[in-house]
Amino acid sequence: MSEVKNFLYVNRKAPHGTIYALESLEVVLIGAAFEQDVALAFLDDGVFQLVKGWDTSELGVKNFQPAYTALGDYDISKIYVERESLEERGLSEDDLLELTYEDEDDDWAEKSSIRIVSREEMAQIMRDADVILSF
Amino acid sequence: MSGFYEVNGKQVPHDEEGYITNLSDWSKELAEVIAKNEGIDMTDEHWEVVNFLREYYDEYQIAPAIRVLVKAMKKKFGPEKGNNKYLYELFPYGPAKQACKIAGLPKPTGCV
Repeated sequence: MSEVKNFLYVNRKAPHGTIYALESLEVVLIGAAFEQDVALAFLDDGVFQLVKGWDTSELGVKNFQPAYTALGDYDISKIYVERESLEERGLSEDDLLELTYEDEDDDWAEKSSIRIVSREEMAQIMRDADVILSF
Repeated sequence: MSGFYEVNGKQVPHDEEGYITNLSDWSKELAEVIAKNEGIDMTDEHWEVVNFLREYYDEYQIAPAIRVLVKAMKKKFGPEKGNNKYLYELFPYGPAKQACKIAGLPKPTGCV
């Protein structure tokens, strides 16, 4: 088997108005299906992608928010959200979806995938990634 | 080639790979027609997978990749059904692909 690389998908845009959020999610699911090491980062307006309670009924687009909750099924356990981006938008962790995964090394215990990190930590996470895809 | 499935005298459009264009067109009768087209005789075991996929889609709005389907089936039905061999016996041309087509879902993301 070829070497597994660390993929970091960086999401910076609001969920609607552009196709970036949906495209990113699709690419993430494809990457994970090929058993790459996948992590997601949400910063700037990208944090709105995880704010629960979307209502797309007036937008004429499918509400694809439930798909984020399937990320755990794809063994995606690292979802980094930048604290400063949340605070600048008057948001906190309580406004976000509950995203979980099952930890294989801990008797499949259900754990939160969301990790709130500082801007400084986010920069380090980006430095450590083998591949960064920005949306 | 894109075209139509015929169900009770009604035409239901599908794309060039046989996935129906409007997910709301789906019915049990249509599923039987699609299955026949795929060379599959629907048994209770086939229906179990198809219904499971429809429930999964309902909840998550995505058609799961095969690896995820296997894992989720294992969780719900146990290891004797949640494995590749079992699912490939039911759907020889790819469980995720064929079963999703019969279930009236889009082609699974990441399915090439």
